[in-house]
Amino acid sequence: MASIDVEGVGKVYSGGVRAVTDIKLNIADGEFIVLVGPSGCGKSTLLRMVAGLETISEGEVKIGSRVVNNVEPADRDIAMVFQNYALYPHMTVYNNLAYGLKNRGTPKAEIDARVAEAARMLEITQYLERKPRALSGGQRQRVAMGRAIVRKPAAFLFDEPLSNLDAKLRVSMRGEIKRLQRRLGTTSIYVTHDQLEAMTLADRLVVLNGGQIEQIGAPLEVYHAPASTFVASFIGSPAMNLVKGELHGDKLAIGPAMVALNGFAPTSGAVTVGVRAEDLRIARDDEEALPFRLEYTEELGAQRLIHGTVGDQQITAAVSPEIALSPDMRIAVDAKRLHFFSIDTGKRLPGHVPAEAKLAPVEPVI
Amino acid sequence: MQTKRTVFHSRVLPYFLLAPQLIITLIFFVWPAAQAIWQSFLRQDPFGLKATFVWFANYTRLLDDPDYLNALGATFVFSVGVTVLSMGLSLLFAVCVNRVLRSGRFYTTLLVWPYAVAPAAAGLLWWFMFNPSVGIIPYLLSFLGYEWNHRLHTGDAMVLIIIAAAWKQISYNFLFFVAGLQSVPQSLTEAAAIDGAGPFKRFWTVVFPLLSPTTFFLAVINITYAMFDTFGIVDATTSGGPSQSTNILVYKVYADGFIGLNLGPSAAQSVILMLIVVVLTVVQFRWIERKVQY
Repeated sequence: MASIDVEGVGKVYSGGVRAVTDIKLNIADGEFIVLVGPSGCGKSTLLRMVAGLETISEGEVKIGSRVVNNVEPADRDIAMVFQNYALYPHMTVYNNLAYGLKNRGTPKAEIDARVAEAARMLEITQYLERKPRALSGGQRQRVAMGRAIVRKPAAFLFDEPLSNLDAKLRVSMRGEIKRLQRRLGTTSIYVTHDQLEAMTLADRLVVLNGGQIEQIGAPLEVYHAPASTFVASFIGSPAMNLVKGELHGDKLAIGPAMVALNGFAPTSGAVTVGVRAEDLRIARDDEEALPFRLEYTEELGAQRLIHGTVGDQQITAAVSPEIALSPDMRIAVDAKRLHFFSIDTGKRLPGHVPAEAKLAPVEPVI
Repeated sequence: MQTKRTVFHSRVLPYFLLAPQLIITLIFFVWPAAQAIWQSFLRQDPFGLKATFVWFANYTRLLDDPDYLNALGATFVFSVGVTVLSMGLSLLFAVCVNRVLRSGRFYTTLLVWPYAVAPAAAGLLWWFMFNPSVGIIPYLLSFLGYEWNHRLHTGDAMVLIIIAAAWKQISYNFLFFVAGLQSVPQSLTEAAAIDGAGPFKRFWTVVFPLLSPTTFFLAVINITYAMFDTFGIVDATTSGGPSQSTNILVYKVYADGFIGLNLGPSAAQSVILMLIVVVLTVVQFRWIERKVQY
């Protein structure tokens, strides 16, 4: 059990390519942190620097109170779960789990006990004598988790551990990882490019882009108060609508239409306006609204996504499947559900923050 | 697996297309082999005028011949020596190149060159380097107080042909080992590093076991090479001497048959060699097909 502190860490590869810039991140003991971002954003590099598989070019990484920049991976007291599981194919499941303990000179009886305990926890006891290739993807995933658990490390590092599984298994393994982490209370860093995985697993998520942190926050905070247009478009599915708008006093102009803001305007002039699909609704006849030209729909079952244009800008709205549609509609939005971003920097403009962003996460019942 | 099936309408055409390969195989491989088997049952009179059919007399006589048994022993020492030396060195080189990322390709190219050298030329090269009168290596060894002379010392002669033969084979082994090492996923060694294994332990407990199919394949190839493909090297360096110490089977076939003109026993020896190849090939296919590793 330990906290992890990443202090101004950067990574420059030998060719001069910069992968990660000035990352500051303080992870509390027992916290589940998810690093999320598109491919090439430096999230894996950051994780590998914490693991000791990549050298740290700038800044320092502390595990507990110890600076580990020059500590071998084996001595950092961490365990890692790899994307391709990295199980030793020539060893049985038992030996895969025991390998790290054997290397550390753990007594045989204790190895047996720990492997048995991990196997029981992950329900792989009956596979202990098998080789990895005789296991299914989900079972291999469990063995990889088991290998991390038996060592009882200070921190778990997960490098996209679920991306090789099919969609259904991914959802169930996601739940298991969360359950296991809660139960063991081990500090965890989890890398993924899947925003849904990030939202569901994280105590706090760290959105990375181009080697830099865009936002750190609890899932609801990131979802309801994205710090930039990048975060707004990356977190949430469908992605937040981002359109060009202009603020005139207390009114917002989007294309030809005007929306009253009722005092929520943060600034004036040109801005990028963000609105979640589910915050849009079909307008009543008597209210101010945006003219919407329907292009196509997507059925999600509980919801129907309607894609179309307002003026010349793409908009997606999520509506109830019962609502009748017509090619030309009007859609409305609550002024306080709008997000405003600087048109130059893409950063969120200070102003109203939705109440949902401050909702406390539901503490699990174990 | 779905493969493309071609249907020939003419019955003659497929045989016609196969003919060149079949003719070459028959004339250059099957016919000589059959001749050798037939000859191994015959005894020629000294003038080559008539041959008598003697059943297995050539074989039984061979197995009683101390020279032949000596050649068997020498072949065993030689092939094990060549295999261990060349595979050991090439594995070492492959591991080194695998660690160097940028200039690995350059080294690989250099290390592959010896394979293009003809066995006789390689033999000559080593013959010069180890020549007791003018060679550089005996000269250097003399400073260490060792008097190298492979014309007199049987041990020196054996070491010489082992080095010469192994050197040529390093390139081939090296290529396979490099390919094998590159197919070991990097995440495995990383996982082992996190699991607390040092570089040596990582290599011997994770990487080397995963190379076992390559290693096994190369062991068979190298033994085959050492037993059958090293005639040129022996001929150019020691010619089987001194006192028969480097007279390996394949060289003895030549010496008895073409120098001694003792065709029957020589043919019997080559048939025995042929059987050894067959056994090695069977072993190779049985195990390689089954993938030894895991």
